[in-house]
Amino acid sequence: MDKHTSQHLMPYHTLALVLGTLLILTAVTVGVSYVDLGIFNVPIALTIAATKVSLVLLFFMHLKYEGKAIVVSFLGTIFFLAIMISFTFWDVAFR
Amino acid sequence: MSATPSFFQTPSPPGLTGIKAWLLTHDHKRLGLMYLWAVLFWFVVALTVGFLIRIELMSMGRTIMSAEVYNSAFTLHGVIMIFLFVIPGIPAIFGNFFLPIQLGTDDVFFPRLNLLSWYLYMIGGLLALISLFTAGGFPDTGWTFYVPFSVGTNNNVSLTVFAAFILGMSSMLTGLNFITTVHRMRIKTMGWMQIPLFTWSLYATAWVQLLATPVISITLVLVIFERFFQIGLFDPDRGGDPILYQHLFWMYSHPAVYVMILPGMGVISEIIPTFSRKAIFGYKAIVASSLGIAVAGSLVWAHHMYTSGMSDVAVFVFSLLTFLVAIPTAVKVFSWVSTLYRASIEMTPPLLYGLIFIYLFSVGGLTGLVLGAAGTDIHVHDTHFVVAHFHFTMFGGTGFAFFAALHYWWPKMFGVMYNFKRAYLAATLATVGFMFHYVPMFILGLKGMPRRYYDYLPQFSQGNSLAAVGGLLLFSGIILMLVNLVLSLRSRQVAAANPWGGCTLEWSVPSPPPLHNFVSEPRVMAYPYDFSEIIARESQGK
Repeated sequence: MDKHTSQHLMPYHTLALVLGTLLILTAVTVGVSYVDLGIFNVPIALTIAATKVSLVLLFFMHLKYEGKAIVVSFLGTIFFLAIMISFTFWDVAFR
Repeated sequence: MSATPSFFQTPSPPGLTGIKAWLLTHDHKRLGLMYLWAVLFWFVVALTVGFLIRIELMSMGRTIMSAEVYNSAFTLHGVIMIFLFVIPGIPAIFGNFFLPIQLGTDDVFFPRLNLLSWYLYMIGGLLALISLFTAGGFPDTGWTFYVPFSVGTNNNVSLTVFAAFILGMSSMLTGLNFITTVHRMRIKTMGWMQIPLFTWSLYATAWVQLLATPVISITLVLVIFERFFQIGLFDPDRGGDPILYQHLFWMYSHPAVYVMILPGMGVISEIIPTFSRKAIFGYKAIVASSLGIAVAGSLVWAHHMYTSGMSDVAVFVFSLLTFLVAIPTAVKVFSWVSTLYRASIEMTPPLLYGLIFIYLFSVGGLTGLVLGAAGTDIHVHDTHFVVAHFHFTMFGGTGFAFFAALHYWWPKMFGVMYNFKRAYLAATLATVGFMFHYVPMFILGLKGMPRRYYDYLPQFSQGNSLAAVGGLLLFSGIILMLVNLVLSLRSRQVAAANPWGGCTLEWSVPSPPPLHNFVSEPRVMAYPYDFSEIIARESQGK
């Protein structure tokens, strides 16, 4: 059974660092939108967004410090989301 | 009855009296009963609407209702049955009541959230009721709310889909509560392979509830947005993709049929060994198949869409994947039958309902293969064949598992026993009615009668008349069953703590259970279906 019950307290400077990184990445997103990178426009925007989401999940939502059950649950969710999106392409990509 | 005060006599939180002790309760058992009465209310409403639909179709032309009322009636029947009865039925009632007890604990992990789930369920039901009488009346779209019709129709689609959205939240929160309870509240001496199969099935179901429900929730919100703001997500006139709606809808709604059936399978996995006095055949295989169904069931949604215009590659892939689901399902059916083989079977109403389940569900499952194969599906798509298949699995399956659960756990929940003769009579009437009701629909479908049509050609008259007679028998049987259960509350024939000789933990506590479920530390057996002690005790008694 999962015995992970202790709380993890984040120091302020770590939170501030993550916040700062998120703000910088937001600025990068806006900046990149003014540059035409051809087919890389969408992948780059998505990469920045995914990085920001990961930071929020890992630090603000404490995923980095959680037990195995929570991490596996989260990865399971991502796995299902990936299936739902990718399997739709069996239709969309071959119409 | 036991000298220990039952949960009926002990409010939680303490000090609450009268109706407040129910409406503000944190006790999972009281909430289970509150769900019971609410779910039964909706079930009877939808059953009656279904019966009226069948009366309408009894003869050609108008019989008792206009075409517009008919369209709303089958939508109402579907929406209530799916969102207010079949999905929440077994998990919300029996899951809430028995999951914590089977895990040897005193409540779910989030008791207040559990109460909130009940209120969300009630609000969702209330909104569905309000949508009947406001802004154009109840939708005529069918329970699937397919675009572009659902975006264009003047009926009250927005409020009804919002009701479904609220009900989805209730379902998700219940799922979250069950997952957390299994992980964090399970008694320390109970390992994963000592968890009873009903709880295992609820655990697998809860994951599907949690992962798939958000998809339908957001999709229904998008339908509302489309209606109010004409965004153009699904409307082809605005560059939208109507097939995308069907993908999003079935991403939830196909896994949802496993939310509907898995807890029913869990109920049967409890009942069969108890009345066979024998360890269940293939405990680990049944656990694996529950999880297997939850996973495989999430990969097959587009088999509802073979004729929608999606790509042939998708038709091929989803047809292939669909056949995978048959494997874990068959594992369960074979395990139940193998448990019965050479067992010391004791016939009781719960077992009778359980056996009827196995038969009806098997027919439903096998006809599902006809629909899963793209070649045959093209011919019977959107015909009465689909209606019959769906009702064999969801009514013959989940419905009869629900009835089996009612008869199995009723003595534990209320501490009273019902009349067996009436229960047998009701089960027989309902089953005979069921067969006469739905088998003609298979034939009508194969002959080409479309579903959801208000009227039909003369060659379909005989089948529809027969189905109406079956419907009457089915309706009578179910009403008799419910009356029999309610009468037991009046006659108060006291039930023992373990009237069936079950060996999961709920049978080790008084009937009805006390507030904190266990009067002493529960003793977890090395194997949850070890009947040796029960058999030894029964032999001594003889």
